Amino acid sequence: MIKRFSVFLIMLGLGAIFLQLLLQYLPDESLNLSGRYYAENTASEVGAANIITAIIVTYRGLDTLGEVTVLFLTAAIVGLVLSRDQSQPRVKPADRPQPGELLSIGTQLLVPLILLFGAYIFINGHLTPGGGFQGGAILASATLLMLLTHPVKRFSHRLITRLESISGLVFVGVGMLGIILAGGFLDNRLLPLGEFGELFSAGTIPVIYAFIGLKVGAEFSSMLLKLAETEDN
Amino acid sequence: MNAILLVITILLGIAMIIAALMAIHRERSLPIAILSAGLVSLLASVQFLVLAAPDVAMTEAAIGSGLTTFLFFFVLGKVRRRKHD
Repeated sequence: MIKRFSVFLIMLGLGAIFLQLLLQYLPDESLNLSGRYYAENTASEVGAANIITAIIVTYRGLDTLGEVTVLFLTAAIVGLVLSRDQSQPRVKPADRPQPGELLSIGTQLLVPLILLFGAYIFINGHLTPGGGFQGGAILASATLLMLLTHPVKRFSHRLITRLESISGLVFVGVGMLGIILAGGFLDNRLLPLGEFGELFSAGTIPVIYAFIGLKVGAEFSSMLLKLAETEDN
Repeated sequence: MNAILLVITILLGIAMIIAALMAIHRERSLPIAILSAGLVSLLASVQFLVLAAPDVAMTEAAIGSGLTTFLFFFVLGKVRRRKHD
């Protein structure tokens, strides 16, 4: 009874806090200082049609590097916790029901399309909404679909690990090249800015975002694989 | 235009609360709770889209309602299978 009452009190308090926030909320009439700077100068300085991507990859590129590092650490820790002793013979997986016809045919049809869509999203990150993280998550959902259809089939860990490390190295390498050849770390003017709104424009943003997408996709996929491979013994 | 937008966002918010309440409805079943968590994420991504944040909406739809829902079901299946043995 007391527990329920205290829960009710906590909910009431939270409600009061949010109500106060809501009542005090006043929409801004104009952009604030940094917002105005980004809105006015992105097209000429960075050359990306999607301002959010310009901020994530160029203006706040270091933060993105940190985010990618956090994700990498998470994937590494999941791998460490769920790692299986390789020397032990693998336990034969119990008899599982075969995937239905709908699932297997649907997977064959959908996986290439999902992969293509993910690649489209991260390559067009500087033009349309989306980018490396979103595209990577979509790539990982293709892996998930394959895992659902063939739970016993094993994916190549080496391929995923290589892909992940190479993408990370290229991301940091492009950033370092920016110090030497352009204005600073992760400066995108390493390559010519090109024509505004074209696919090959905005300097190194498409390159960086493509590799971030591959890296995020590989990390999520490795987490899912590790989860799928923990045997039921 | 603005009024329609406001009504849509409020309706979406109410729908999200209803979806969240489904999780704690009478008999507490884990699959229903997982499904309603996915539903909340899906509605949240529509909400983000309506509020002009397509990038966030995309992340929410892919990770929140896609990957985590399946991940929860995956783990639930594993836990149940282990319990049966």
